[in-house]
Amino acid sequence: MSSSDGAQGAPIKSTGLHIGEPAPGVKKADPIIVADGITRTFGGLTAVDVDHLEIPRGAITALIGPNGAGKTTLFNLLTGFDKPDHGEWTFDGSSISGIPAFKVARRGQVRTFQLTKALGLLTVLDNMKLGAKEQKGESLTRALFPWFWRKEEAAIEERAIELLTRFKLDAKKDDYAASLSGGQRKLLEMARALMSEPTLVMLDEPMAGVNPALTQSLLDHILDLKTQGMTVLFVEHDMHMVRHIADWVVVMAEGRVVAEGDPHEVMANPAVIDAYLGSHHDADLGDLDTGAITAIKELADDDADEVKH
Amino acid sequence: MDWLLLFSNAAQEIISPTTAAYALAAIGLAIHFGFTGLLNFGQAGFMMLGAYGFAIATLTFEWPVWAALLTGIVASIVFALILGIPTLRLRADYLAIVTIAAAEIVRLLFTTNTFEPVTGSANGLQGYKGDFAALNPIPEGTYGFGPWVYNEYDWWVRIVGWSLVALAGFVTWRLFKSPWGRVIKGIREDEDAVRALGKNVYFYKMQSLVIGGVFGALGGMIFILPRAVVPSNYQTSLTFFIYAILLLGGAATVLGPIVGSVIFWVLLSFFSGFVARAVEIGWLPFMSNVQAGQLRFILVGLAIMLIVIYRPQGIFGNKKELAFVK
Repeated sequence: MSSSDGAQGAPIKSTGLHIGEPAPGVKKADPIIVADGITRTFGGLTAVDVDHLEIPRGAITALIGPNGAGKTTLFNLLTGFDKPDHGEWTFDGSSISGIPAFKVARRGQVRTFQLTKALGLLTVLDNMKLGAKEQKGESLTRALFPWFWRKEEAAIEERAIELLTRFKLDAKKDDYAASLSGGQRKLLEMARALMSEPTLVMLDEPMAGVNPALTQSLLDHILDLKTQGMTVLFVEHDMHMVRHIADWVVVMAEGRVVAEGDPHEVMANPAVIDAYLGSHHDADLGDLDTGAITAIKELADDDADEVKH
Repeated sequence: MDWLLLFSNAAQEIISPTTAAYALAAIGLAIHFGFTGLLNFGQAGFMMLGAYGFAIATLTFEWPVWAALLTGIVASIVFALILGIPTLRLRADYLAIVTIAAAEIVRLLFTTNTFEPVTGSANGLQGYKGDFAALNPIPEGTYGFGPWVYNEYDWWVRIVGWSLVALAGFVTWRLFKSPWGRVIKGIREDEDAVRALGKNVYFYKMQSLVIGGVFGALGGMIFILPRAVVPSNYQTSLTFFIYAILLLGGAATVLGPIVGSVIFWVLLSFFSGFVARAVEIGWLPFMSNVQAGQLRFILVGLAIMLIVIYRPQGIFGNKKELAFVK
């Protein structure tokens, strides 16, 4: 996977996103999401407890953290799939706290899922068409009379095929989505989300279970979103990917935001190392999360490589 | 054994109003179960409300046919709303539990003696057909050929019944070729994904529950035109017969429920005729006549099992879909 970094050349990173020193809850120059005091408990467990968080507009922000840090829960809260105990947040300047998921999506904040949700027994093309917003033919009364929506349907189909071509799924358009591979389903889910012409795309682990051969193409598509003026917020475990494409990184641990900043700086932050390795990682070698160590070691190696270049 | 009579009795079922009634209810269930993925186990309740709505409006309130028809439809819509509002936000299995219980509650309400003057309790209602028969444009007499010779009223019931089936079939076909149907099928596959795309899933599920329920109520009204309204006709087994029809024809198809209903009734009539006569002439010496009457339902159960095992997609279902069943 590390080969992808060198081959394509580093993508252009957005800078100057924050105002003041990078720290948890730092103010952003142009935030698209501003969240305040969000808490969500499951019984005795506080899954999310975020005091203040701003997501910069027009940039790619990564939300990272060890398992159980509350990343997906925060995602669910921000998209209306779950309700917080307390907290308020705004999207594009207007409050969307407590609004149901479908209304959040209609405002231009669209998400994908950790476990891909391709609609298996719909064709790939139908999956795409479903993504288009405010279709006339989706009202029950007008659905019966095709002349109300035939023209719109043709336009949607054209746009869907255009997107499918971009995602190299056009050859599959008449197949059931269930027949796609795991990586192709991720692509389809992302393409389907784009059909709704969102302003903020939220990707929950876009790389999970994706064949390395498809990784580069997925990365390029995510970078494309930024070039087209969309904001991206994604959850990811793959540190290479985070460092490669993210302009800003938010680190969560035990429900809180423990660090924020530029991907290179944030990885060196002691709070982040603590979050991944535990605060006594240098004292006790008893049971370490070897996966995390490897990840951090590899990152250190990468840094060394980049310095050489 | 009189084979000709057996076959002619079975052939009559092809166009019988009961077949049409079951087809209507099965189309409703196809919308619920086949297209939307709603596990409605209370279709008998919707049929019952249609039947009683029609009969009570005619007998107690002395309303004209169109108002009686509307009463049955409104009753089923209200029933759908009562069932849907608390359960459609929950997981699919809750709707199954609530519908099966609600259909039984409805049946017991119509059976109880408390409302006897209106509902006729266990004896049910009759004598509501006058106004409907008066609308009949067919002059008095018997018509038809072969096994299908009926009087003017019987033809009128059949024409109205099958016209309604055709209309319901067309509406369903139209709906599921439209973007609305695409949303509905998306909900069947994964409602969270559809929600994430900005569709009001709850509202769509409610629409589906209401439409399927109204078709069930129409089926209930056709069902009582050739007979009386009797509460014991609407037991849970009725819902399961309709499920059998649906699985036989193909759950997510429009023609499936219609052809499934025809095959179901033709086979049922043939089996019961055959077994009854076989017992009469001593082919099945271990069986009494009463037992023979029950045997056909055992055969229905057997047939459902065989369909589900060997042709799970039904007659009109798409084989390709099965390759991906989770």
